[in-house]
Amino acid sequence: MNKSKYFSVLSAIGVTLLMAVAPVQAQKAKPVAVASTGNADVFDFFYREAVKTSFRDQGIVKASVLNTDETNLACSAADVAGKPLDKKRAKEIEALNLKTIKWPSDGKFVGDWKEGEALAQSGRGLTYSDDATTPNGGNCYNCHQLDKKEISFGTIGPSLYNYGKLRGVTDVNSPASKAIIEYTWGKIWNSKAYNACSNMPRAGHMGIMTEAQIRHLVALLVDPKSAVNQ
Amino acid sequence: MLALGCLTTTAVVAQKTAVQSIEEYRAMLADGNPSELFEAKGEDLWKQKRGPKNASLEACDLGKGPGVYKGAFVELPRYFADTGRVQDMESRLLTCMQNLQGFNADEIAKTAFGKGEQVNVTALATWLSSESKGMKFNLSQAHPQEKISYEVGRRLFFQRAGPHDFSCASCHGQDNTRIRLQDLPNLTKNPGDGIGFAAWPAYRVSNGQMWGMQQRLNDCYRQQRFPYPGFGSDVTIALGVYLGVNSAGAKSIAPALKR
Repeated sequence: MNKSKYFSVLSAIGVTLLMAVAPVQAQKAKPVAVASTGNADVFDFFYREAVKTSFRDQGIVKASVLNTDETNLACSAADVAGKPLDKKRAKEIEALNLKTIKWPSDGKFVGDWKEGEALAQSGRGLTYSDDATTPNGGNCYNCHQLDKKEISFGTIGPSLYNYGKLRGVTDVNSPASKAIIEYTWGKIWNSKAYNACSNMPRAGHMGIMTEAQIRHLVALLVDPKSAVNQ
Repeated sequence: MLALGCLTTTAVVAQKTAVQSIEEYRAMLADGNPSELFEAKGEDLWKQKRGPKNASLEACDLGKGPGVYKGAFVELPRYFADTGRVQDMESRLLTCMQNLQGFNADEIAKTAFGKGEQVNVTALATWLSSESKGMKFNLSQAHPQEKISYEVGRRLFFQRAGPHDFSCASCHGQDNTRIRLQDLPNLTKNPGDGIGFAAWPAYRVSNGQMWGMQQRLNDCYRQQRFPYPGFGSDVTIALGVYLGVNSAGAKSIAPALKR
């Protein structure tokens, strides 16, 4: 459908509705409540047009990174609608993401927690002002508490202080720890496998972190010697 | 047990000191806002005859009629019949610079922030925002284009994409959260006086730069790992409408002072 056709649709039906609705909205200052009844497809059209015409490639970031996948499209639509995905759809999306998880090729889940801490500290990489050689950070402290000594931590995600200790990990090689360590790997590799519309990036799936780096991040969380578990 | 108690106390004291010193630092900064220099420059640029047409901007229509600038900032972005577009302060300034002074608006839009005429656009926006300081945001949603712009902005706010799946809402969709130590306003609703949309243009102490809203939104997108949004493009304008309408009734403190 082209733009001019949408304009005519808009002028035929949409405008009258919008005009009628607008003054009420201005008084109440509650714009969200007036959402898009009847005009949602028109607004969606102009939204897609705006995205298509407004962004350009810059540095290492191509405009094509906006061509996103089914998971993000479904979650964005749910956010716009102001209600979470229904349970069935959420399960479908989680299953889709679970399938993408690459388990460690050598069966080794736990690396060096100190290297994990360094990755957790860094929020660098993959912006249009970075170059291709900028090492990617894990961005962990931006949203999570980890080592208690680091007071500069974000709160968008839950605190991960004592992550392994609270989950009873006393020996990373013990069979008792296997399930939680595997979950930790999977959650970092693809967070959406466990929570369809999680705010957390999919570090492994989207190529932000390598397998070796995820091993170090798992160590930071589960190793009883890690600063996180002191 | 006693030793443990002491350790805890020490940790608490250390944390308090760090938070306190950040607060002290902020208070110290508020003492003198360098944005005043940009305000003075902006006022001068408004009155000065410049450009190929050697004209001032004094006849510029910011939405309240030619030459009326008091209170214009808190009603922008809005629809302008002459351009057939919803425009914010900065994109409207480009229109005036082109029509009145003969500058090439597209060229200025393509110029990097902090370079060439972009510096002057920022200074002008800074001064014009100061002429609405303390006033309440009151954006029109009467024109269908303004309504479309709001709805486009709302969809952009929740657009998850890029390698990190981030949207604006990843950071600005909840109450009382932080990135590291930085408090994040919830911009899906009115965040209050002088917060979010009501705090730009602002002088950023960390890099010594004066930023308008266009640059602020551009940098949000950069950190989101999104590509480069055009200056005054449909996405940055629509986001301005979304944030501005959500801020209805909030007092503007622009030009503000940021970390």
